[in-house]
Amino acid sequence: MQAQNSVGIVTPQYVHIDKPLHLMSGAVLNSYNLVYETYGKLNSAKSNAVLICHALSGSHHVAGIYADQPKSAGWWDNMIGPDKSIDTNRFFVIGVNNLGGCHGSTGPASIDARTGRPYGASFPIVTVEDWVEAQAQLADHLGIDQFAAVGGGSLGGMQAIQWALDYPERLRHALVIAAASKLTAQNIAFNDVARQAIISDQEFYGGDYYSYDTLPRRGLRLARMLGHITYLSDDSMAIKFGRDLRSGAFSFGYDVEFEIESYLRYQGDKFADQFDANSYLLMTKALDYFDPANAYNGDLSAAFRNAKANFLVLSFTSDWRFSPERSRDIVKALLDNEANVSYAEITSRHGHDSFLMVDGYYHQLVRAYMDKIET
Amino acid sequence: MTHITKSSDISRPDFAAIAAWISPGAKVLDLGCGDGSLLRYLHDTRSIFGYGVEIDDNNVLSCVRNGVNVIQNDLESGLSTFESDSFDYVILSQTLQAMRHTEEIVNEMLRVGKQGIVSFPNFGYWKNRAQVISGHMPVSEELPYQWFDTPNIHLCTLGDFEELCNLCGAQILERIVMNGGRQIAFLPNLIGMLAFYRFERQK
Repeated sequence: MQAQNSVGIVTPQYVHIDKPLHLMSGAVLNSYNLVYETYGKLNSAKSNAVLICHALSGSHHVAGIYADQPKSAGWWDNMIGPDKSIDTNRFFVIGVNNLGGCHGSTGPASIDARTGRPYGASFPIVTVEDWVEAQAQLADHLGIDQFAAVGGGSLGGMQAIQWALDYPERLRHALVIAAASKLTAQNIAFNDVARQAIISDQEFYGGDYYSYDTLPRRGLRLARMLGHITYLSDDSMAIKFGRDLRSGAFSFGYDVEFEIESYLRYQGDKFADQFDANSYLLMTKALDYFDPANAYNGDLSAAFRNAKANFLVLSFTSDWRFSPERSRDIVKALLDNEANVSYAEITSRHGHDSFLMVDGYYHQLVRAYMDKIET
Repeated sequence: MTHITKSSDISRPDFAAIAAWISPGAKVLDLGCGDGSLLRYLHDTRSIFGYGVEIDDNNVLSCVRNGVNVIQNDLESGLSTFESDSFDYVILSQTLQAMRHTEEIVNEMLRVGKQGIVSFPNFGYWKNRAQVISGHMPVSEELPYQWFDTPNIHLCTLGDFEELCNLCGAQILERIVMNGGRQIAFLPNLIGMLAFYRFERQK
């Protein structure tokens, strides 16, 4: 964690939205809570707000730390803070936990007021469009008519795209990092294996495990282990772990032998203790469904026709889960619409996770772009 | 490979020569745009809308700092991100001589732009010829590299480039030849240091 230029100690805030949310699936959420954090100060013109959207396992805790928890730095603390690339001296930055999440916004583990029990399997499937709709309600609550920028990495970048399509007047810039305009079949396949790991866990109970006072830990752990492999690159794993053995020799058994096994199991265990399996299922479905071109016969350029935001699109060379080709699809659609767009392909060996890492060129690009944004 | 554009080093007369060919409000693609200063200049003087293409990280960063749209891409792999006929002008400023796929990039310029503008150091300039006669590869202000470290792998003279245009089906519309900021009309292939061409597809 970087203590330098940190936004310091932060406190989550809650908003209860009473306006019914009509979801893409046809289901309706009559009311819901959103948990969010803010960093920096909203200026009097309310023109310096930046919304940060989180990826699969992220949350509203984007920057800063919680009191008495020195290791609780937000997931993008290296990017956001005073004098950092997204400078909280200039911008009012908002992080929000998405609907269906498990960090405080209404999700499958929340109590359904109609039954007095956790939603569990009855929590409706939510999409990127639904999230943007809910985020717009938060913007209304905060009195923000137009964001200076909406941005995020991976699934977060998809939300930034959706904002530009659904609310062209409500953002001036979109930061789309390590994202895609749709998942490939291979990507959906990975997600489904992760889902099957959870759903086939005997402790899953059709998603109602809360009532049985248990968790599908093994399934969620497997799902995370698989996901983690795809977020790294072959190179980064080779460099970090290689074929290193924990004990220095084969033990001819099935216990942990290679360092990579140890690392993945540790990551899986840690995640299974923190994350809700139903939320994981929901997030992967939101990823799979995202495809703004679908309503335009697959024509992504047509999908972007009404977008007005300026775009910064970034990809990472070793990211094979959201490859540079997918970012170039987005850039092509923006060029076809004569949108202001800059695109950079950042050389990195950290795979999809690169967007969370500190990298000189990457962070300087974001800083240079943000510095040009008028508030 | 790195495209050597040094657009920040180009004196204003260079910029002005290109700007004079650009109609106000035009849509411009600048290939190998360097730090984006030509695009910035065209934006400020001709109100153009445009994009730069650049491979070098530092240059891409400078473009963003200059508030210029830039797409990080290798010109050698073509311009497939850009639709045919989607730009009024496609500019290749002092990059041609450093490209491996010279013919291909001229063809791509003709495809993507209604007109192409190319500038390059004239290898036929008399001082270059004199250095070759004296037994050495030329080193000068326009060609500041030694033969063994130069990125300029496809140097040409005015006549050479005009032959390439003919080969690619490019109709030359205008030519300017400059020496130290002055336009040259007399013996351009001998006295000219920098050449500028404006061309379009042969009809």
